[in-house]
Parts: sequence; structure tokens; C-alpha cells
Amino acid sequence: MRFRFVLPALILSALPLHAQQPAPAPLEVRYEQFTLDNGLTVILHRDASVPVVSLNIWYHVGSANERPGRTGFAHLFEHLMFEGSGHVPEGAFDTLLEAAGATNNGSTDVDRTNYFIDLPANALELALYLESDRMGYLLDTMSPERVNGQRDVVKNERRQSYENRPYGMASLELDRMLWPEGHPYSWPTIGSMEDLTAASQDDVVAFFKTYYTPNNASLVIAGDIDLARTRALVESWFGDIPRGPVVQPVAPPPAVLTGITKKTLTDQVQLPRLYLGWLTPREFAPGDAALEVAASILADGKNSRLYRRLVYDMQIAQDVEAVQQGAALGGSFLIVATARPGHTAAEIETIVDEEIDRLRQAPPEAREVRRVLNQIEASFYRAMERVGGFGGKANQLNAYYVAGGGPDFFAEDLARYTALSPADVQAAVVRWLPSDRRVELVVEPETKR
Amino acid sequence: MTARRVRRGVILAAALGAVVSAQERPDRSKPPALAPAPELRLPPVARRALSNGLRVWVIESHEVPIVQLSLVVRAGGADDPAGQFGAASLTAAMLDEGAGTRSALEIADAMEFLGATLATASSFDASFVRLNVPVGHLNEALPLVADVALRPTFPDKDLERLRQERLTALLQARDDPASIAGMAFPRIVFGAGHRYGTGMAGTEASLKALSAGALRAFHATSYQPANATLLVVGDTTADSVMPRLESAFGSWRPAAPIGRPAAVPAAAQIGQRQVFLVDKPGAAQSQIRIGWVGVPRSTPDYFPLLVLNTALGGSFTSRLNQNLREEHGYAYGAGSAFDMRLSAGPFVAAAGVQTDKTAEAVREFFNELTAIREPLDAGELAKTKNYIALGFPSEFETSTDLARRLEEVVVYGLADDYVERYIGRVMAVTADSVRRAAQQYIQPSRFAVVVVGDRKTIEPGLRALNLGPMRVMTVEEAIGP
Repeated sequence: MRFRFVLPALILSALPLHAQQPAPAPLEVRYEQFTLDNGLTVILHRDASVPVVSLNIWYHVGSANERPGRTGFAHLFEHLMFEGSGHVPEGAFDTLLEAAGATNNGSTDVDRTNYFIDLPANALELALYLESDRMGYLLDTMSPERVNGQRDVVKNERRQSYENRPYGMASLELDRMLWPEGHPYSWPTIGSMEDLTAASQDDVVAFFKTYYTPNNASLVIAGDIDLARTRALVESWFGDIPRGPVVQPVAPPPAVLTGITKKTLTDQVQLPRLYLGWLTPREFAPGDAALEVAASILADGKNSRLYRRLVYDMQIAQDVEAVQQGAALGGSFLIVATARPGHTAAEIETIVDEEIDRLRQAPPEAREVRRVLNQIEASFYRAMERVGGFGGKANQLNAYYVAGGGPDFFAEDLARYTALSPADVQAAVVRWLPSDRRVELVVEPETKR
Repeated sequence: MTARRVRRGVILAAALGAVVSAQERPDRSKPPALAPAPELRLPPVARRALSNGLRVWVIESHEVPIVQLSLVVRAGGADDPAGQFGAASLTAAMLDEGAGTRSALEIADAMEFLGATLATASSFDASFVRLNVPVGHLNEALPLVADVALRPTFPDKDLERLRQERLTALLQARDDPASIAGMAFPRIVFGAGHRYGTGMAGTEASLKALSAGALRAFHATSYQPANATLLVVGDTTADSVMPRLESAFGSWRPAAPIGRPAAVPAAAQIGQRQVFLVDKPGAAQSQIRIGWVGVPRSTPDYFPLLVLNTALGGSFTSRLNQNLREEHGYAYGAGSAFDMRLSAGPFVAAAGVQTDKTAEAVREFFNELTAIREPLDAGELAKTKNYIALGFPSEFETSTDLARRLEEVVVYGLADDYVERYIGRVMAVTADSVRRAAQQYIQPSRFAVVVVGDRKTIEPGLRALNLGPMRVMTVEEAIGP
């Protein structure tokens, strides 16, 4: 997700063409932060608007920490976190939570693995019991059968989300083309079937002891809570879990594109699809926000440049998408478009090149940039309403904390966008989206039998 | 894809250790006892009307300076005239493609510039114009929304563009086994002649036949103040917003006699169990859909069915997911649903399963569909009811959540105190009422079984299950012309 929170003063200054409205109450995300002796960072935020609480924990490990031959392991491990722990029988994690009216989930990405439990405010201690038990005692009841069970589930997740999905294998190919061999972003978070087959209980034990430690995690509790009582409860439930070793940072090989790499895949699809990719700055680095705005100018909304030309005017494409994906070790910028029947990826590529070139030659119009920034600012407001889930405040507090700016990075994050001029957007396109250093992937329909 | 995030070294706060050492070790021998669940306190609904009779419901929610507005029109795909399947859907889609004096591009530009999102949509039972806007720009957005809802212009060139987009989407549906199953199952259960047998967008033939005149006619007879309700949720009050709504919507008058199409007729129930195997050569998974004609939203058995379906396939710990995913590992997930509409929609149990376990998975589906007809034990019943009832407050976190709940109340004519009474009615469900609902609405011996997958691998096993007559179909046969 791209857009977060906003300060009211900035909203007003952003819309000089309109009469000023009375200033809304300041949008604040006040928090309390402390660290347990064992290194667990804890962030508390009170929002009593609805009687619910979200417990959100990030382990600072993702598929980038995997070793060759064990791709997909961080994600497989995430699945095992729901299967029971020392004092929680298999199946009880979900049964206890559902009986309390809770929902929960987890997700794995290249740099982190996160988990949330959203539940009625009265049931907070149940979440603390379950979350601390799997941090402290996961291995007590781990078994090869449990690993086998989730291995099968994850293989079916791979089949459902990649192998049996139209164009599903393209993103895996694209990552291999963008990142050099040995770079952790070159392999997929879902992993290969061979590596999933090879994963063993010994791997689970080693991974848990290395990465699933209090000092390698950050815990956010947000919602209808009493701050002092919640702090005491966290100290009680998590305080006796032993600290683990210091995690060594990932040291990836340099990632630079030196020319154009082209590839064509075939798939059981009706229409060709074009993927263009560049290597770009990591998240929050200079250029990251400008490229997000460039992506919106290119492909968000009917008036965006690529949508307008390819889909609206020429109607040679069914859809077009542009995205800047900043991650810890680097970023990538993607443009993806699907051809209409009778049209080709090559036709689309010509137009995409014209439009990127136009952004290289001249800055976008002020109104184009303003339109994007106004949308970003409104999105920050909308995101303030929800506490839990992957898109709520609890997860965002954790994300900002992990990014290093502190949990209350909302204003600074927004300022990354509002500070941009049209010339900044142009400069980012010139610097980061060169025509002679990129990858070009085309998915073509299999020839009909 | 989930967002990728930056990582830096862990920051340690200073001088906080002392508190921890004083803690006692918690008792992990059993889950902690929980205090009573908090009560859900919903803001009141102010029910008003404009001078032209348009009903307006206003719910205050001042957490963030945003207003969510939904115009609910009680006409949808079920009201498509004969031979014009897709009319309601395309009418809704065309609303913001030209309205008042503005073009599609001008409408989009204006809305985005205000930081607003405007969405038009339709279901079988209703059509919607939804606006989410910073409260400071509500005044500027309202006339635009009124243009979009009341004065769409249906320009020919934009209609042709959307028509081609939709035809292309129908073509692309053939790529995706889940989409194929999603189209084939209702077509088999309801038949191509029943409105519920075809998706909201219609068929290739009906899409090609829809004219701007047909859409104008649908708009004129359906989009009328007497047929609509305006929901406003967010950082405003009824007293402050009513005059503004009056000036935007108060002059809305019917443009034609109101359409009162007969309700969609109840579909004939399936007579006997049959298997439909749709060949998708080389598919890595088989998409399974099992079910029949379910119930209308007005069913008196709504709450027993809600509990029944949640236990069967409506939550992570539901029987289908536990069996297909956790116990056997055949699927990433499995579930079931009663799609309740003004007339009886489908009941369907569904999963994508690995190709070489297709027959085994279908067998497990039937084991669970048969077992759920026996009474739930007290523990499972309590867990299921609590999951629904205690989780209910979390469905009201955002103004959009609130608006969606009220849309349901409007579309299905639910009682004014429906939301307030919801939790009590869930908790009042008994094991006996669930069993009776299961006996009546879950009859596995009569279900249609639709499997989209690699025929050469899965056909022998499916035949060996002896579920009933099998029809092998191509994708084209399954989703129809």
C-alpha cells in the first residue's frame, strides 16, 4: 500500500483553488514505546472508537533471509506458526480465537513476516497468551507431520496463486530477470516446489532459533486498551521469553541493469501481456516517492497518460498498471499492460516508450501532480479509520517503526509526496527509468491446437 | 502482493528493564479467562426525506473528516428486460462516463482533484453510486454525484469502449479455471434462461445487443426517487447536510413511469445429482463447485443458516476448511456460502484442489456435506455463534463498513432495528433450528457437482465415485455463447 496519513494543515495548503474549510481536528497517532529486557520492542496506541483491539507483530525476517535450496521457507514457517505451540494444542489457536469473535492472519514478504489478531477488547489477554506462546514455545510440539501438512497447503497455495492463474508465472520470471543470481529478491517468496519438498523439521528448528526471537520482533497493540494495564500484561506474557542471537543483516550482491533483457513466455491465455521493469531506489530513499507519483501520473485513473492513450483513446490495451515497489534492499518499477484482441505487446510498448519519453523531456503539468497528491492525502485520512488487519493503523505503526523513522512517521511520510515538484517527478523518470537499461517480458498465448 | 517494507537495526529504548523483573510468570496451563464482551454502541440513524420524497439516512461518525455517501437504487440485474441481460450492470457502469455537461474524463478529473473516490456498481438486486470525499469538499462533490446519478448522457463512443472492455473480459474469463467455474456453476444450476444463470454483465450476445436507448430506458424507469435511498455516513450532521442534499437531489423527478418488473421467479430445484466435468487441459488444480438453488434473503431461516454455513464453510475453523486444507492438504482453502438475493440464489461449496487429489477432495466434500446434517454439538454451536456475534462490532469500524451494512438494510427492506437486534438473534439460534435448516437446505444427494480441471487426469477417479450421471463439457459448452 502506498498512502497513509496526513496532517490537516497540509490538506488545506494542497487545495489552494478551493475555499478554506474549518480545520478538522488534528489526526494524531499517539503511542507509547518501550523495550523489554529480552529485546522485544512494544508500541501501544489507544483508539477507543470501536471496542476492538488489534495485536500486530512483525518478525524482521522474510524470503530475503532464505538460503539457496530453501526458497519459500520463511512463508512455510509462517504457516507453521498457526499450528499450535507448547501450551496450545494443534487447532486450538484458531478455535480459541474464533470462539472469542476474533479474526487473524499472517503474511510473508521479502523483508518481513507479519501477523495480526483482531478481537473484541475484552479478549486482549487471549491474544497475548497465544502470541507469546508461539514466540516462546513453538518448537515444544513441532513435528515432521505438522511440517508435511503445511507443506502440502503451501504447495496448493503456489498452484492456486501462480501455476493455475493466468499470467501467474510471469512475476516469478520477472524477478529472475530484474535481480542478479544470488540476490535474495531474485527468488520468489512462495518458493520453488523442489525447495518446499526439501524443507525439513531441522530447518524449522534452526530458523526459529535464529529469527523468531523477541529481539528480532516488534509488537504493536492498538485499539480500545488501557495503556498501563496493557503494558503490564505484555511484560507478564512476553517477559520471560529468552533473547536470541543477533541477526546478521542480509548482504546482497550489487543489483544493476546494464542493458536490455528480453524474454517471452507462453501461457494458456487469450491475450498478450507486456511487462517492463526497472531497478529503482529502496523504500523511503530519494526517488522512491517521486516514482510513486510518476506511476500514478502514468496509470492511475482515466486521465493518467498511459490509461488515456492505451485504454481510453486508442483502445489497444485492456488494462495498464504502473507501480513503484520499494523494499529494504532495493526497489523496482513495473509497467504491465494487456493487449486487446487483435493487438500486440509491441504496439503497446511503442506507446509506453513515447509516454515515458514525454515525461523525460518535460515535467508533468502542475494539475496532474496536484491531482495525484490530493488523492494521496485523502487516502491518508481514510486509513485512519481502521485499527486492525493488514491495512490498519497497528500494522502501519509497525511498518514505520521497522523502517527506522519511528512509529509516528505519518507526517514525514506524507511530506515525501507533498514536497515534490513536477520537476522532481521528471528528474526521477530521467534518472531511474532509462530506455536502455530495463527488462522486457512478454507473455504470449499458446498457439491453438 | 503485500507491501515491501524497509528494515533497519532495532532501536533500543533506555532504562525500562526494571518493571519486567518484577513480573510473575503467567499461567499457561489454560487460556486466560475473559471479561464479558463489550457492548456495541452504534450511532443512531437519522431518517429524513427530501421534498421529492427521496429517503435520506444520516449516521454521524466524526473520527476522521471524511463522508461516505451511497445512493441505493432498488433495481439491479434481476430487472434486466428479457434479452437484455447486462442492462443494469452496463447502465451503472456508464453513469460516470458522461453526465450533465461533463465528459467521462472531466468527471474523473474533477473527482480525483477533490481527493474523492466515486464508484458506480450494481448487484442482482440494486444499483449503487458511492462517493467517499474529504468533508471539506462535500459541497463541490455533491452536484457532480447528482449529475452522475440523475443525468447520465450515455455517449455512444464511451458505450462502445465499455462494451469492448466487457467483451474482452468475457474472453479472458476462459483463461482462469476459477472464473470458468464461477460462470459454469450458476448456468448449470439455474439454466441459461433464468436471470441467475448468467453473470451480472450478461452474455456476449446480450452485450452486443445493448443500445444506448436500452440503457436510457433502464435508467429512466429504475433510477427514481421513490425507488432510492440516500445514505450519508461520516463527519457531518443531518441538519447541516440536508439542505445541501436538497439542492443537489431535491429536484429529481421521475422521467418515466416507474418500472415494476415481476420479481425473478424462483428457480426450479435440481432433480437429481449430476457431475459436470469441464475440461481444462493441463490445469494444476481442479476448481470444484458443489450445490444447488439456495434461499432468498427473506428466508425466516436466515440466522440458523448463518450459523450453519459458518460451521460448514464460513470460517477458518469450519469443517470444509479443516478437512480439505488442514487435515488433508488438498487445497489452500475451502468454503461455502448461501448467496441470498430477493429470489433464491445459489448455495455453493467450493475449493481449488490439486489435480491428482480431485476425486479424494470431492469425496471429502460430500462427507462434510452429509455430516453437517447431524446436530452440531454444544461446543461447536457455541464457538460458531460467538464467532459471528462477538465479531460483529468489528464490522462497524469505518464509515464505509457502516454504509455497506445499511445498504443491505435498504435493499432487502430489513427492519429499522435489524442491526441492533442482530447479536441477540444470532445467540438465540438453537442446535435444533440449525439441524432443521441443514436437513432442508443441504441435500447432498441432489447437488450439482461442477469440476473444472484436467480431464485426462481426473475423469477416472471422479467416475469411480459413482455420484451420478457425468457430463463432460468443453469450456465453451460450460459457459455458453
